[in-house]
Amino acid sequence: MPMSGDNVKETLTVTDEQRQELLEKILKKQETEGLKPSDRYEIPPQEMPEQDPILRGSNVDEVATGYTETHARLEALRCLQCKKTPCIKGCPVRIRIGDFIAAIADGDFKEALAIIKENSLLPAVCGRVCPQEVQCQQTCTVGLKYKDPTKGVSIGRLERYVADLGRNDDSTPKVAPDTGMKVAIIGSGPGGIVAAADARRAGNDVTIFEAFHKPGGVMVYGIPEFRLPKAIVQEEIDALTRMGVTIVCNFVVGRTRTIEQLMNEDGFDAVYVGVGAGLPRFMGIAGETLVGVYSANEYLTRANLMKAYDFGKGADTPIAMSKRVAVIGGGNVAMDSARTALRLGAGKVYLVYRRSEKEMPARVEEVHHAKEEGIEFLILQSPKRIIGDENSRVTGIECLKYELGEPDDSGRRRPVPIEGSEFTIDLDTVIIAIGNGSNPLIRQTTPGIEFNKWGNIVVDENCKTSMEGIYAGGDIVLGAATVILAMGQGRIAAAGMNQYLREKRRARRRFADAQ
Amino acid sequence: MSHKIVSIDELSENVYTAEIAAPLIAQARKPGQFVIVGINSEYSERIPLTIAGADAEKGTIRLIWQRVGKTTAEMADLKPGDEIGNIVGPLGRPTEIDNFGTVVCVGGGIGNAPLLPIADALKKAGNKIISILGARTKELLILEDEFAKISDELIVTTDDGSHGRKALVTEPLKEICERDPKPNRAFVIGPAIMMKFCCEVTKQFDVHTEVSLNTIMVDGTGMCGGCRIEYDGQPKFVCVDGPEFDGHKVNFDLMMKRLGAYKEMEQKAHEQYLEHRCKLGLDT
Repeated sequence: MPMSGDNVKETLTVTDEQRQELLEKILKKQETEGLKPSDRYEIPPQEMPEQDPILRGSNVDEVATGYTETHARLEALRCLQCKKTPCIKGCPVRIRIGDFIAAIADGDFKEALAIIKENSLLPAVCGRVCPQEVQCQQTCTVGLKYKDPTKGVSIGRLERYVADLGRNDDSTPKVAPDTGMKVAIIGSGPGGIVAAADARRAGNDVTIFEAFHKPGGVMVYGIPEFRLPKAIVQEEIDALTRMGVTIVCNFVVGRTRTIEQLMNEDGFDAVYVGVGAGLPRFMGIAGETLVGVYSANEYLTRANLMKAYDFGKGADTPIAMSKRVAVIGGGNVAMDSARTALRLGAGKVYLVYRRSEKEMPARVEEVHHAKEEGIEFLILQSPKRIIGDENSRVTGIECLKYELGEPDDSGRRRPVPIEGSEFTIDLDTVIIAIGNGSNPLIRQTTPGIEFNKWGNIVVDENCKTSMEGIYAGGDIVLGAATVILAMGQGRIAAAGMNQYLREKRRARRRFADAQ
Repeated sequence: MSHKIVSIDELSENVYTAEIAAPLIAQARKPGQFVIVGINSEYSERIPLTIAGADAEKGTIRLIWQRVGKTTAEMADLKPGDEIGNIVGPLGRPTEIDNFGTVVCVGGGIGNAPLLPIADALKKAGNKIISILGARTKELLILEDEFAKISDELIVTTDDGSHGRKALVTEPLKEICERDPKPNRAFVIGPAIMMKFCCEVTKQFDVHTEVSLNTIMVDGTGMCGGCRIEYDGQPKFVCVDGPEFDGHKVNFDLMMKRLGAYKEMEQKAHEQYLEHRCKLGLDT
C-alpha cells in the first residue's frame, strides 16, 4: 500500500472536531468488525501541537505542548501490536511498549502509566528527551512501512501523554521495612534518582549528595526549560523526599568528603557513583580563551540553572548579551545552546558542524525545531581559529570547509578539510558544544577504583566497580550518553547494591550469632 | 543545610570578614582552597572566595571579601545569626606545603586574607618567612598583626606612604630577590595586575612564584570551564587545576580581560541593589 507524506501534513490542519470524529469512526469500526493492519496504517501520524516557532523564540516555555486525549488514542490505534515487538528490543530499559500503547488505545491511561513505571521511573522526562527515533521507534513496523522512523508510532509522545496525566499523583511508592543499611548516591542526575529510588524501596537508608545547590543534574543545569520543564524534575525529586531519601546539596564528594570517608567514617555500606561526564572539551584552536567563548556547559548552566535569562529582573548571574552567535557541534547540546542563544535575544545564530547533517548526533526533532526557529546550519564547516579584538573579545571565527572521506572508527564518514577554503564569520559569541570528557575528581580522590584510558569507571554487568560496595553508572561509565541509558544503569546498579546489602546483612547476622 | 553567620565585621573600608558555620568544610579544608558562595538558591549568583581560615572544632570557616558588586554587598549587609543558603567546598587543590627554605609571601589588598593560612602553614613546615604586605593606604591594610606573628621579616608598603614604606610591593620584592642567597620560593596573592608585576620581578631572578587566581566561576568543580586561563599556551581550569599556578606561565593580560567580561552588567546589578537597599532604608 502506498503511503503518501500528505497524510502527515494534513494532520496539522485538521481541527479538533475532525480529529474527534475520526477517532469515533475508528473506535466504532474496532468495536463492530475489528481493525485490520490496513485500517491502522490509514490513521495519519499524530503530530504534537507546538508553540509557534516565531513566538517561542522569545520565551523559555516548553516548545511541544503535548497530545490531547484524541491525539493520544488515535496515535495508539496506529500500533499494529506486532508479535515480534521490535520496539521493546530498541528500548534500553525494555518497557512493555505494545501493552502500554494498547492500554492508551483503550482509554485506560492509568494502566498505561503503571506498565511504563514497571521499567522506567522517569516517564515524563524520557517521553520528552529520549532519542526514540534511534531506539524504540527505529524499528517500528509502521515506520518501516513509511520508510521513515519518525513516522512510526510516536512512542515517546504517548509515554509523555500518560506520564503528564499522572503528574498530579503525589502518592508515595511503597518502601520495604528498614534494613539498617546506608547507601550513598553521588550525583542527583537521572541515574542517581533511579538508583536512589530503587535502593530506598528495598528499605535502605539513602542519601543523595549533589555538588550544585539544586538537585537534578543535567536535567536542571543542561537541558533547557523549553525542552524539559524544571517542574517535572522537581516532582521526581519531591517523590524521593516523600519516600524518605535524604538529599544533601552543595556537597562535592572527593572534596567535602571522600568516598573512603563516607564508607569508613560515616557508615555508608554501599555507594553509587553517578557524577556524569561534565568536563567540557575544547577544540585546541587559537582564541578559545577569548572573552565571549563559552563551553556549552557554561552557557547552558548560566541560562538554565542560574536563570540568567532573568538577569536584571531578579537573577544575579550574567550571560553575554549576544547579537551574533556560532555554536560549534551537532549534538543535542549544540541544538540546546543555539536555541537558548536565540531565546536570550541573539539576532543571528549559526550552528557550525564539520560533518553532514546525516551524521549529526542530535535528535531529528531537535534539528527540526532548531531550523524552524531560524538557526542557520553551516554543515561541513569547522572553525580553524577564533578571532578577537584588542580587548580580547570575540569578533569572529575563521572556518574551513570540509568534505566527507572514508568512514572512521565511529562508522561515520571522516570529514576532510578542503585546503584554501578559509572564510570568516563575524560574531560576538562562540559556544563550543563538542562533548564532555570525564571529570577526574573521583579518580583523583578514590585510588582503588579502576578507570579506563578515557577516564571512565570500569564496571561489570551489575554496574559494580572494582571496589567492594561501590557501583557506578551513567556518563561516568558510558562516556557522554543519554538520560535513559543513565537511568537504566542506575536501576541495574541499585539491584546490584540491594543484593550486595542483603548478603552483607546476612553475613553480619551470622557474625553476631557466632559471637 | 544553611550556614549561620557567627560574627561579621568590617576589617577596613569595604573589606569584611565573617566567621560562618560550615562544619564539613572547616574539617576538610587545607590552605589554598576556596569555597563557592550563593546567598539563596533561586536567583543568587555563585562566587568563589578563598578560605582565610577555619576552626574545625567550632565548625566554622573565615571568609574575607571586598565589597565590589551585588553579591559581595549583600554579604556585607548580613548580620550575625543570618544565614547563607549555599556554601560548597573546599574546592581546588591545596597549596603544596614543604620546607623550601626561605619563602617570600607577598600580599596585596585583600589578597592578604588567602595568603595568611598559606604563610602560616609554610612557617609550621620550617620555612623562613619574609612577608611583604601592600595596600593603597594605611586604612586598607589588613591582617598586619597576624602576619607579624608568623613572619621572620615583615615589610609593609602603602602607595601613599601613610604606613610603612611608600612603595609598591614590587620594590621590596626586587630587593629581597637581589639578596644572596635569593629566596627559594615566592607566594603572591593579590589583584591580578599586582601578581603580574610581581611575577615579572621574580622571573628576572628565576625565583619560582606561586600565584592564587580568583577568576569568574560557576560550578567550581571543572564542569563549566568559565574560569579557564591560558597557562603556558594551554587552557587550564582554575577551579580544578588551580587555584594556584606557577605565575611565570600565566597569561595575566588575558585573564584580566576575562575577569572584566561582565563588568557593565555587574555594575548595573550593584547599582540596582544599592538603590533597592536605599529604598528599604538600610542606609542610615
